[in-house]
Amino acid sequence: MRKRALLWVAVALAALVLAPWYMEPADGSVPGFWLTRVINPLESALALGFGGRLWLLLALVPALAALKPGEDVAAARWLTACGLIGLALVLAQGFLIGLKGWNLDMLSAFGSGPTQGGMGTGGFLVLAAFLMLTCAGLAGQGWCRGDFFVVSAIGWVIGLIVLFVFMPVLNILASAFQDNAGHLMPALFWQKFSDASIWGLGCVTSGTACGVAWNTVFLGILVGLSSTILGTAFALIALRTSFPAKGALKLLAILPIITPPFVIGLALILIFGRSGAVSTFLFQWFGIPPSRWIYGLPGVFIAQTLAFTPAAYLVMLGVVQGISPTLEEAAQTLRAKPFTIFATLTWPLMRPGLANSFLLGFVESLADFGNPLVLGGNFEVLSTKIFFAVVGAATDQGRAAVLSIVLLSFTMMAFAAQQLWVGRKVYTTISGKGDAGLQIPLSRRVEWGAYFLAVPWGLFTIAVYLLIFYASAVKTIGRDYTFTLQHYVTAFNIESGANGLLFSGSAWPSFFATVKIAAIAAPLTAAIGLLTAYLLARQSFAGKRAFEFGTLLSFAIPGTVVGVSYILAFNVPPIEITGTMLILVICFIFRNMPVGVRAGIASLSQIDKSLDEASFTLGASALTTVRRVILPLIKPAILASLVYAFVRAMTAVSAVIFLVSAEYNLATIYIVGRVEAGEHGLAIAYSATLIVVMALAIYLINLLIGERKIGRRGAAPAPSAPTATPVPAA
Amino acid sequence: MTKAPASVEFRNVTKAYGAVVAVDDVSFVIPPANLVTLLGPSGCGKTTSLRMIAGLEMSTKGQIFIGDKDVTHLSAADRDVSMVFQSYALFPHMSVLDNAAYGPSVQGKPKEQAREMAMDKLKMLGLDGMVNRLPSELSGGQQQRVAIARALVLEPQVLLFDEPLSNLDAKLRRRVREEIRELQLRLNLTVAYVTHDQEEALAVSDKVIVMSNSRIAQVGSPRELYEEPASLFVADFVGDSNLLDGEIVGEINGNARVRMGTSEVELPKGNAKSGPVKVMVRPNAVKLHRTQPAEAALKARVGKASYIGKHMEYTIETAVGELFVVDAVRPDAWKTGDDVFVVFDRSMVKLLLA
Repeated sequence: MRKRALLWVAVALAALVLAPWYMEPADGSVPGFWLTRVINPLESALALGFGGRLWLLLALVPALAALKPGEDVAAARWLTACGLIGLALVLAQGFLIGLKGWNLDMLSAFGSGPTQGGMGTGGFLVLAAFLMLTCAGLAGQGWCRGDFFVVSAIGWVIGLIVLFVFMPVLNILASAFQDNAGHLMPALFWQKFSDASIWGLGCVTSGTACGVAWNTVFLGILVGLSSTILGTAFALIALRTSFPAKGALKLLAILPIITPPFVIGLALILIFGRSGAVSTFLFQWFGIPPSRWIYGLPGVFIAQTLAFTPAAYLVMLGVVQGISPTLEEAAQTLRAKPFTIFATLTWPLMRPGLANSFLLGFVESLADFGNPLVLGGNFEVLSTKIFFAVVGAATDQGRAAVLSIVLLSFTMMAFAAQQLWVGRKVYTTISGKGDAGLQIPLSRRVEWGAYFLAVPWGLFTIAVYLLIFYASAVKTIGRDYTFTLQHYVTAFNIESGANGLLFSGSAWPSFFATVKIAAIAAPLTAAIGLLTAYLLARQSFAGKRAFEFGTLLSFAIPGTVVGVSYILAFNVPPIEITGTMLILVICFIFRNMPVGVRAGIASLSQIDKSLDEASFTLGASALTTVRRVILPLIKPAILASLVYAFVRAMTAVSAVIFLVSAEYNLATIYIVGRVEAGEHGLAIAYSATLIVVMALAIYLINLLIGERKIGRRGAAPAPSAPTATPVPAA
Repeated sequence: MTKAPASVEFRNVTKAYGAVVAVDDVSFVIPPANLVTLLGPSGCGKTTSLRMIAGLEMSTKGQIFIGDKDVTHLSAADRDVSMVFQSYALFPHMSVLDNAAYGPSVQGKPKEQAREMAMDKLKMLGLDGMVNRLPSELSGGQQQRVAIARALVLEPQVLLFDEPLSNLDAKLRRRVREEIRELQLRLNLTVAYVTHDQEEALAVSDKVIVMSNSRIAQVGSPRELYEEPASLFVADFVGDSNLLDGEIVGEINGNARVRMGTSEVELPKGNAKSGPVKVMVRPNAVKLHRTQPAEAALKARVGKASYIGKHMEYTIETAVGELFVVDAVRPDAWKTGDDVFVVFDRSMVKLLLA
């Protein structure tokens, strides 16, 4: 403990004396990438502190106090206290003193107050050091069996989640009660909250449009129902019939992962839009005039059903597989007819799974941003409304915050219902013992019903995807079907000039930026996700339930809400990172982390805990055990979460559309821009390229995982493919 | 560099998981170089106690000593204790040699030295021909030897076994338990051994600690437990026994006069007082006679007779209840329905508080 304390006190002191405390250099020059500014004693807390910013010197007190010697529990308590006080002091000065003076109205009694900018390397290093001192103290008090690695891992994960998940959300709550100048105005909240444009019932009482909240919920219910029905039909066909094209169904499960969320909407425009393929065909042959029916509820509904049916299919696949065949065989031997078995046994056992799938579809529809954006027309939903409240002509952050709260409460309710009610009711009919039974075939009636629903829809899905590739290679869908690669050339042209290759295509900058950011975010996402999984699966500590809830929470926050909250939280000191690449990376890490958590937990639960214990009794620390025993055994989970984090970073739209900058534009945002500018050909060509790139990435990874050597009887963790974790795409 | 074996001592150790108490105020001593078994039905707290010795669980109250050292708050990695797990817990991605060398290698020993230490113990257990195999390529018995070798490599002061035989078939069990005992005696080790199989416990131990409901029911040598059980629970759990209702009605020459049904028998008094008692009769303490013998005897009838091979098992119906009796195989074995007279061998009958 003593050695660790000395080390981290040294780090804190070094940061206070050597590292620049603020992000922006004192001379007001434009900072380069600020994380690279590590050493500059003239701008350190010490120098600035003696130069007048006395509050920066406060951090020295707990840092020096932590040097008090001792190895016993009392010394550990002292160390913890020093660490916590240090954290509190640094955070308090950061949040209380802002760009324009005091951040709290209460403090204005003390004059306008000092001003400061966002924290830089120095500030963050000092925070990190105090966090480590706290953890060293807690470990010294015997927390987590006294293992410093485990305590500090918990400390870091909690710290990061509080900073990048909870704080932004709290910021939204706060700004909903403020006017746009930052003054507390509860009355304004009520005025904005009860606005008729949110809760109006005009579509029922008179001929006007309904409030955006009702639109959103109505759409969510429709999509939840349709995707669940279709997903169930597909799952029954895959598991309980002799349908010949089952391989195609597997493909269905992968499609949504590699498809950027708005691409379906775009394809629907190309089919049913005013100059879409089908519309022109109907006009030319039957004289039916093209209309704008696809823009609005019907279009968004079809697009979301297409996009979220695969997720419902995966959920229902698990549910149907989980129904033990022995139960149905028992019913058979009791002389039940196939339809009776389905009605009295299979269906009731499936019900909690159906509820689960419905809630998933509901939440995904609420969170979806891309499809309503391209197809919504006058049909407004919360996610797009939030977007336009921030970027539209009448920017109104307070309004965006209020709308975010409405959306967030809807998804939270669905999330809570799923966790508390459905989650507990799911019947696990698979016991640890081997079930030798065979899945019985469906009754004729149910089988034909499933075909009737699923086959046309499956064909439609295939048509949509084929169209994406077809449309990217013709001049203009609906008008000129001449084969051309012009769209690809515009996007991805490479010229060989005097200075070597020149990537002159218009898509290259955003493509490279996306790949770069996704490649930086993916390993970090996987690392923090798997670390969290390890803590949840292998360690027990006070507050573990709350910890688990916090990590799952970022699942339930719609992307648009995350985007708005990040702008509100990180546009001002102490953490001032909007417009940088860092904010995109952080956003991806905390949006996609739950996937790593799930993959990790699934993988770890297949590794016997006694392996860890054997390692402990042989004298290894938790860190050594993780490095030498656990990591080698969960390689498939590592790869899976890496790919998934990468692919999701490539396809995200909703959160990052708020966060991109001219320098760091992302592929998806670029495509959305092209759609809005009417350049459909370019947009679809770029989308098709993304789909192919990501399909390749997934294929390569499956190849790698498949080749892993697994012992004959050893712990063989089933590859927890990313396809097994449907999550709200956004 | 062999270290002296150390003792293990529990002083009023309690382990609670919230409101559930798994080990309740337990104290015992495992003397150095002894093999002591923790015996009891599942859920009695024996495995939790073993894991507290290892440092895999931390006690809620009380102190744990290894040798003279208070290890109560030390983590598993800081205790000089090794454990052989029920599932063996061999690292599936490492070869036999790497498994065995894991201990010294994570202690910072250079690779060569770690491997030498591992080879040494692997040879001792006859595994030197398969050091490069993966655990999944070994049989169950071989896996267990690797687990033992791995635990021995660090030459711990105390070696722990958690139900080491439960994954082996019946024939192999007898052989392996003898090997473990032999190894313990040869290397002069202090061993704590958890099992729920009373026969296994009696066969290998210097001393047995019987646990029941999170507490110690009795501590003693195998012989003491079998012949002088301290409670009904121990009498019932260790070995087979018939527990009959009786009542002490008087005393003769230091022996108790016990009324059982309509007859009275004289039995060693033990610590029983007058009043209702349980009479424990071991199955081999019952002698069956065709005619009324000289001493006092119960009249009875043979209910069931089973031929087991090495002996006969009978269910005898008496006025005081059914008796389970073991007898040698004889040409004139008893048959169902035979009338018999039952006499107890008084050295193997004991009175217990009801």
